[in-house]
Amino acid sequence: MVTQVEVRTLIVNGEAVMTAAETLADLVAERGLAEAKVATARNGTFVPEKARATTPLFFDDHIEIVSPRHGG
Amino acid sequence: MNAPEPTANAKSALTLYDVALPSRMLIGTAQYPSPHVLASAVEASGAGIVTVSLRREQARGRMGERFLELVGALGVRVLPNTAGCRTVKEAVTTAQMAREVFNTDWIKLEVIANDDTLQPDVFGLAEAAAVLNADGFKVLPYTTEDLSVAERLLNAGCQVLMPWGAPIGTGRGLANPYALQSMRAYFPDTPLIIDAGIGAPSHAAQAMEMGFDGVLLNTAVAKAGDPVRMAQAFAQAIDAGRAAFESGLMGMRDMAQPSTPVAGTPFFDLKRGDA
Repeated sequence: MVTQVEVRTLIVNGEAVMTAAETLADLVAERGLAEAKVATARNGTFVPEKARATTPLFFDDHIEIVSPRHGG
Repeated sequence: MNAPEPTANAKSALTLYDVALPSRMLIGTAQYPSPHVLASAVEASGAGIVTVSLRREQARGRMGERFLELVGALGVRVLPNTAGCRTVKEAVTTAQMAREVFNTDWIKLEVIANDDTLQPDVFGLAEAAAVLNADGFKVLPYTTEDLSVAERLLNAGCQVLMPWGAPIGTGRGLANPYALQSMRAYFPDTPLIIDAGIGAPSHAAQAMEMGFDGVLLNTAVAKAGDPVRMAQAFAQAIDAGRAAFESGLMGMRDMAQPSTPVAGTPFFDLKRGDA
């Protein structure tokens, strides 16, 4: 038996990304941000930190992962 | 002039959304030559609020962590913005993300209509303000001097308005002082902060003399040759302008009028032109 890992293409912060992450929490962890102070949105809608683990990812989802920065 | 009753403390604090602030200056955190200069300039300004933003994560989150540490050490309130958002949905989502990351329900709401002028999209602004106020945010909208837009924003639940002085980053000062004066007169009890376009301390002093409640600026300090001294200069100008407003400015006259008493002027009885 060969375990098939489904790989999806997502748009993360404007760039096409191939990932096996099944949820938004997986994706955030895959990018080394599990403990980081970031906020997320999926297809333009805010996803609170607590909801990331139950937010599935689908082909061509647009994900934003943002962090604090200087501002005017 | 429409000066308020004199107060015991001429440097009366600014209160926004029931929060008393130590200064009438709000300052941005962008474009400084170094984090150290940023921190020193904010301290020199005496500002109680700094504006911050959210941007796409880089360097595995370390950039954001470092910035949060820097801002946290300033001991001031942060006001996240929605800079660069062009639609209601972008602005609302950005505000919600900012609330989670910065742990504040205050938001400087920007919905931008045009990349060249960075003019607020006032229609989107009013719509986004209504959504965010209903969602429990304390919204500080970056708006124009338009009175009907201002009324829409107040009806949407905003308790503070931030009209532009001039387009963001131009440093041109108060481009339309007549309209801003009308706005001040029309909304005497609403905190009004001049946001954007301030290039020199004299611009800030002018806004304060007109009775605006505060000034929000960034580039004029961050891009100064010496940002720390410039921050002090702005703080002094804002204090001076506010003190002048509270003291009651004289009205202008069309014709000259001597300030030295006319009565008792020597040689007053001599015919002019006889000498």
